[in-house]
Amino acid sequence: MNNLDNVKIKSKLVRALRGTGLYLVLSFWAAIVLFPFYWMVLTSIKSYGSYNAEYVPKFYATNPTAANYVDAFDKVNLASYFVNTLIFTVATTAIMMMVIIFAAYAFARLKFKGKNILFAFFLSLMMIPNELVIITNFVTITNMGLRNSFLGLILPSITSVFYIYLLKENFEAVPEELYKAAKVDGTSDLKYLFKVMIPISQPTIVTIIILKVVECWNSYVWPRLITDNPKYYLVSNGIQEIRENGFGRENIPAMMAAVVVISVPLIILFLVFRDKIMEGVSKGGTKG
Amino acid sequence: MKNNNIKAWIYLAPAIIFLAVFMIYPLVDVLVYSFEEGYNFASQSYKGVGLYNYSYVLHDPYFAQALKNTFILVIITVPVSTGLALLLSLWLSSIKALRNLYQTIFFLPYVTNTLAVGLVFMILFKKTPYSDGMINMLIKLFGGNSVDFIDGPYWAKMLVMCIYTIWIVMPFKILILTSSLASVNPDYYKAAKVDGTSPVRIFTRITLPLISPMVFYLIITGFIGAFKAYSDEVALFGTNLNAAGMNTIVGYVYDMLYGNSGGYPSYASSAALILFAIVFTITCINLLLSKKLVFNN
Amino acid sequence: MKVVLKELTKVFASRNKNDDDIVAVDNFDFEIPDGKLVGLLGPSGCGKSTTLNLISGLEKPTQGKIIFGEDDVTELPPELRGVGLVFQNYALYPHLTVEKNIMFPLQNLKGEQKLTKEQMKAKVLEAAKLVQIDSLLDRKPGQMSGGQQQRVAIARALVKTPRVLLLDEPLSNLDARLRLQTREEIKRIQQETGVTTVFVTHDQEEAMSISDLIVVMKDGVVQQIDEPQKVYDNPKNLFVAKFLGTPPINIFEGYIENGKLFIGSDTIFDISCAHKGSVIVGIRPEGFIVDPEGCLQCGIKNQETMGRDSSIIATHQFNLADTFRVIIPAEKRPEADAETVNFYLKENKVFIFDKETEERIPFFVKRA
Repeated sequence: MNNLDNVKIKSKLVRALRGTGLYLVLSFWAAIVLFPFYWMVLTSIKSYGSYNAEYVPKFYATNPTAANYVDAFDKVNLASYFVNTLIFTVATTAIMMMVIIFAAYAFARLKFKGKNILFAFFLSLMMIPNELVIITNFVTITNMGLRNSFLGLILPSITSVFYIYLLKENFEAVPEELYKAAKVDGTSDLKYLFKVMIPISQPTIVTIIILKVVECWNSYVWPRLITDNPKYYLVSNGIQEIRENGFGRENIPAMMAAVVVISVPLIILFLVFRDKIMEGVSKGGTKG
Repeated sequence: MKNNNIKAWIYLAPAIIFLAVFMIYPLVDVLVYSFEEGYNFASQSYKGVGLYNYSYVLHDPYFAQALKNTFILVIITVPVSTGLALLLSLWLSSIKALRNLYQTIFFLPYVTNTLAVGLVFMILFKKTPYSDGMINMLIKLFGGNSVDFIDGPYWAKMLVMCIYTIWIVMPFKILILTSSLASVNPDYYKAAKVDGTSPVRIFTRITLPLISPMVFYLIITGFIGAFKAYSDEVALFGTNLNAAGMNTIVGYVYDMLYGNSGGYPSYASSAALILFAIVFTITCINLLLSKKLVFNN
Repeated sequence: MKVVLKELTKVFASRNKNDDDIVAVDNFDFEIPDGKLVGLLGPSGCGKSTTLNLISGLEKPTQGKIIFGEDDVTELPPELRGVGLVFQNYALYPHLTVEKNIMFPLQNLKGEQKLTKEQMKAKVLEAAKLVQIDSLLDRKPGQMSGGQQQRVAIARALVKTPRVLLLDEPLSNLDARLRLQTREEIKRIQQETGVTTVFVTHDQEEAMSISDLIVVMKDGVVQQIDEPQKVYDNPKNLFVAKFLGTPPINIFEGYIENGKLFIGSDTIFDISCAHKGSVIVGIRPEGFIVDPEGCLQCGIKNQETMGRDSSIIATHQFNLADTFRVIIPAEKRPEADAETVNFYLKENKVFIFDKETEERIPFFVKRA
């Protein structure tokens, strides 16, 4: 009996210790994740003078100020970067959705010669790394005279084989009977697509839109190659420009204010669509 | 039927055209470029055909530096981030309270602009005449000497680069691993518990084999991703990565193409194909290994 | 090994603060005799699986004790209790071969109990032979049929020679033909090993066919414990009467007046009974005898003949369902176009229940 009591006490103790340890470790990682965000907000509300006076950085702001945010919009073209990114994101996402919806629909529902071979070919394209094709695309866009234009920014990224694949799978899950019923009722393919398929597949479509928006908002490499006129800079290039030529090298609080401004939209988007984003990414998002 | 044929091709036309112009043609073209010697961007002419571009790239000290940096980055960040993500996911899966909150926080870096947060990391690690910076303050607190992680010694720069890369890639890995852990039938754990299996044995004999396909998927995508590292480095060290000695292979490709040292699509193509060959080989090795080690239902 | 459950209670705290806590098992008192096969029977959510988890140690009771033989195991973790557990979906490790699956519990043994590789192999072979899968040891679970997987799961549960074998819905993932075969198999294995066995099921036929004793549960409360036939012949209340038997018992509204049991205006029996007034009358489908003079007149909706037996789908004003089913020998069936039929009733197939408490009311039929 004594032995039993020992087992009982020991197991309780072990469980309690393990529980606390678990939460400590998880909280530690959470702190590592959150700290840069905290630091960025904190620095952005420190005044230029007080930031530079802190030889040992302080974990709080003594005289919080919004002046840096004013600077971020006044002294550099943050607003313009913002608008550019917005136009780029909305246009790219919208055009891409049209392209992939029609392609996915053709693969999912229409019968035509060479469908399987073509689809296999599409799938094989998923393995091509962007780095390999970007060189020629750069030359192509340059030769077309589309450098420093929205068209040049948008064109190469309006198809995605992966999203066509994802959407096709989803369209195929819509029961074939619905299509037959619609055909019997004399519904055209196009009407069926917009009135039946798209509404039913809405969750996947929303997921794709969100993933694409995140991708557009953060894109850096292609915009950097294709624009050297600040008029067409997106936020990523803008932030790099601010860093190298912006406020004067040392105005870090203003730089952080700009960083906060460009980070906030995505964080809000994420908090609102948390489940959709996480589900979409785990379904087959790839990054890193 | 005929009608349907035409309709299908019309529906597919935009996708096919864009893929042809921006994926298939470039794929052929990059090969052509890589063999065209002395290509002149302005006149779009070249002197000859041969392997000179490859030889130039392979003998370029900047490329050697980029290759070295990339390999170090891959070798450190892939195992560390995968292992760390596995541990955190296991712990995350074993708690109930606050789980959603932790999950949300852990995923946050995925949706942030890597250039923007990279700047924050730069500030945290940087040492300036005015301030040693946040991280150096901590190092001094524990009795160490301050180091400039951004403009200082090579190992310090490499360390920041690895830390930032790990910070960036963790969300995806944690997400994938927690969802694959959640898909393990809880009856296996009950059965193991009734049999008195120790936690370590449950992990090595049941959990790990069952999620091994996902772990390998992460390792493979991790390798590919780390080999393509570039924008994280720009965020930390600025656009002139060659000067900082922190360039990566992808960075080398872009520098050859564009910017102050640019205008050499032939060299860029050769370097990109070398990168592709490396990634392809390593992925093949990974896949062969995974056939042996991964449990497949 | 005899297993005693003493005032066993399990309460789950409700998720929602405003809701009441859920009493999954309420004051379960029962002694399972050594070497018996006991079936826990009830609809889903009745607490039978929780009871099984309490016996296995996967869950701790809120109150009460669990005793194996002479040992109080209430506080022991599962691995120290010596139980074997078989899951509904078998929970075989898909990445391990059959042999490794069965060996898994043995590899966990530590200290003096530790076995050599040869001893383990011998034990695995012995268990595999018992369930007749010794030729399949190299297969993986994915390459086997459901019935074979079930046997592997039983072998894995038995390999440590547990004191108690627990089976959670062991047959519900099998198709109908395999189910019959496997339940005989379980009975055989249980008899060969003589291990005290508890199994959970929602299928009354399954429970009736192989159990030595059945425990009928509802909402966490034990309704009746007895040998299967006795429960069928002597249900304690309306719930038990309804739950056992296919086709199910037929329920009528009735009343007792002046020492007579009535359904509507038909006098069923002259009875002596302490109860008066409205009651519920349950009549088993096989309790009807076709006779033109019979006391209960019913409408005929349809007739089905299946070889030996014939079913009448009948209607009656005071039947609590739209129709009810009567089973009679095929040669006694009424004309095909008959619209009504009269029945006498077998007194041991008729039960009376209290309208409020639904408890069984005893009665005797008075002979004229």
